[in-house]
Amino acid sequence: MFKDIFQKKRKYATIPSERALPGEGQEVLERPKREIPEGLMNKCSKCGTIQYSKELEKNLKVCPACGYHMRLNAMERIAMVLDDQGFVEFDADMISVDPLGFPGYSNKLEQQRLKSGLKEAVITGEGTIEGLPVVVAVMSFDFFTGSMGSVVGEKITRVIEHATEKRLPMIIFSTSGGARMQESILSLMQMAKTSAALSRLDEQGGLYISVITDPTTGGVSASFASLGDINIAEPGAVFGFAGRIVIEQTIRQKLPDDFQTAEFNMQHGQLDMVVHRKELRATLGKLLDMHSEKGGV
Amino acid sequence: MAGELPYEAPLVEMRKKIDELVQFGQEKGIDFTDEIARLEERYHRLEEEIYTGITAAQKMHLARHQQRPTALDLIQLIFTDFIELHGDRMFGDDLAVVGGLAKLNGKTVTVIGQQRGKDTKDNIARFFGSAHPEGFRKGLRLMKQANKFGRPIITFIDTKGAYPGNTAEERGQSEAIARNLMEMAKLSVPVIVVVIGEGGSGGALAMAVGNRVLMLEHAIYSAISPNGAASILWKDASKADQAAEAMKITAKDLLEMEVIEEIVPEPRGGAHRNYEASAAFISEALIRHLDEMKGWSGDQLKQDRYEKFRKIGSVTFEPQASIEAPQELVEVDAASNLSGNVE
Repeated sequence: MFKDIFQKKRKYATIPSERALPGEGQEVLERPKREIPEGLMNKCSKCGTIQYSKELEKNLKVCPACGYHMRLNAMERIAMVLDDQGFVEFDADMISVDPLGFPGYSNKLEQQRLKSGLKEAVITGEGTIEGLPVVVAVMSFDFFTGSMGSVVGEKITRVIEHATEKRLPMIIFSTSGGARMQESILSLMQMAKTSAALSRLDEQGGLYISVITDPTTGGVSASFASLGDINIAEPGAVFGFAGRIVIEQTIRQKLPDDFQTAEFNMQHGQLDMVVHRKELRATLGKLLDMHSEKGGV
Repeated sequence: MAGELPYEAPLVEMRKKIDELVQFGQEKGIDFTDEIARLEERYHRLEEEIYTGITAAQKMHLARHQQRPTALDLIQLIFTDFIELHGDRMFGDDLAVVGGLAKLNGKTVTVIGQQRGKDTKDNIARFFGSAHPEGFRKGLRLMKQANKFGRPIITFIDTKGAYPGNTAEERGQSEAIARNLMEMAKLSVPVIVVVIGEGGSGGALAMAVGNRVLMLEHAIYSAISPNGAASILWKDASKADQAAEAMKITAKDLLEMEVIEEIVPEPRGGAHRNYEASAAFISEALIRHLDEMKGWSGDQLKQDRYEKFRKIGSVTFEPQASIEAPQELVEVDAASNLSGNVE
């Protein structure tokens, strides 16, 4: 194992070090090894294999050893799936307030902005995939565990309404720990709001594809993430309503390792397909194309 | 008084004193009329004080009171000719959800309730009022049936949340809740929701997409139970009372946030003190709200429901100057080779 590291090091000795991407580089930061510049190497959180960050990025952040699909933030996802040119972001300036005066919420929001470099847990906009127009909402687990508060609900509702109005297909890339507790009931109501917006798109005959990424749970899984005309998940993505620990406490049994994974959900009829990240863009392009015969609707 | 809550202890104590005095007077043949009248007056003042100042945490205990009227208790008192219907036509009949046809003020309606058990055995059969997917799907089946026959839908919310078990996950708990949220938005008949006890999270919301959402005075409604929030936020589930206050879960809070339309009063001390009076208050509100929506078209009802939920949420916008920042970020990232060829 060590031999491999040294070999690789020689091989790539000329690559300049890069700053660790927020979130994904944390393992590196936790175990500082002075001889390796920060962010140059990355350790897979599933199998522990160490590889060059640059190599990993070329591999779309899928561990080459075990196939683990590491979490992407919204920016990385957009860059990976959408065409290079022409993405227009909506409501980029919309940010959260602290509507309930919840203890510590304002500070936590500020921390999350600094930590993730994002303003909220979702980025919405319009762009193209393989040249086909599409409206997207892309969530980031990096920001506040992708929790849905008023801003996430409002941005997603607006973008669905935009798709409905423009008669464009809609894709939502979900990842979320659930409701934003600090906004209590307002956060819960975003589930109804986004689902109601999807009901209009649905009645109009618009296409909605839900892409479920690791992890998608709670209020997001129990609203828009589950409502796709086509539901796609990335391999290994955890997708479910209640958390594993809560369930284990309820049934007083240990759950199998694959519980709530994409493969488990596939087996139980909750998904149309599990698609490897390398094929995601092409698959979405094909699906969009097959629904474009009526002019995008 | 039966089933007292801790904050009612001073009342219980004083009632006991009054009763003792009455009995003592009777036994010894002494006239305590004046003293008793004075004590009764003090008792009422204390009662007023205690019951007007019920805190969010106390309401949480009231809403979960074992003797609080359940959906079926209220259905029997509010409606006539209740005929219970069963099953989701896919998997089974979840007893955590009850529903069927009934008459309200002489008119046929569909009524659906989340049903806690009345005792341990009943609670086990009904999963303590926590529905599986088949419960939500049974509810949706009955709602679609109501839609077909053009009759109003009334739902009673009373659950700690959707059942958090492996069987529920396997059968698509997320999908069942999500489907209800989307399909309820499409209904062309009036939908009135009454939160009668605990409105717990997605499990509650899955049957609560109504034109009107009413809450009983001491009911609570939140995204996560105060116990759950306390254990996540402060790693201490015993801080539930503290979380209850911070989370704004009372009917008054929700009315202020315009999440609900009306608070339905409860008899003094809580709904469990007088089932008939509780039912009468609810009945009056239901009839009045249905009357207000009389003659509305299906589209009007859908639009009204859409707008009700559409406006909920609280956001702000950054000052103009910083709007450009995210666009720069997009460019930077699009330029990186993440989108490049896969090797």
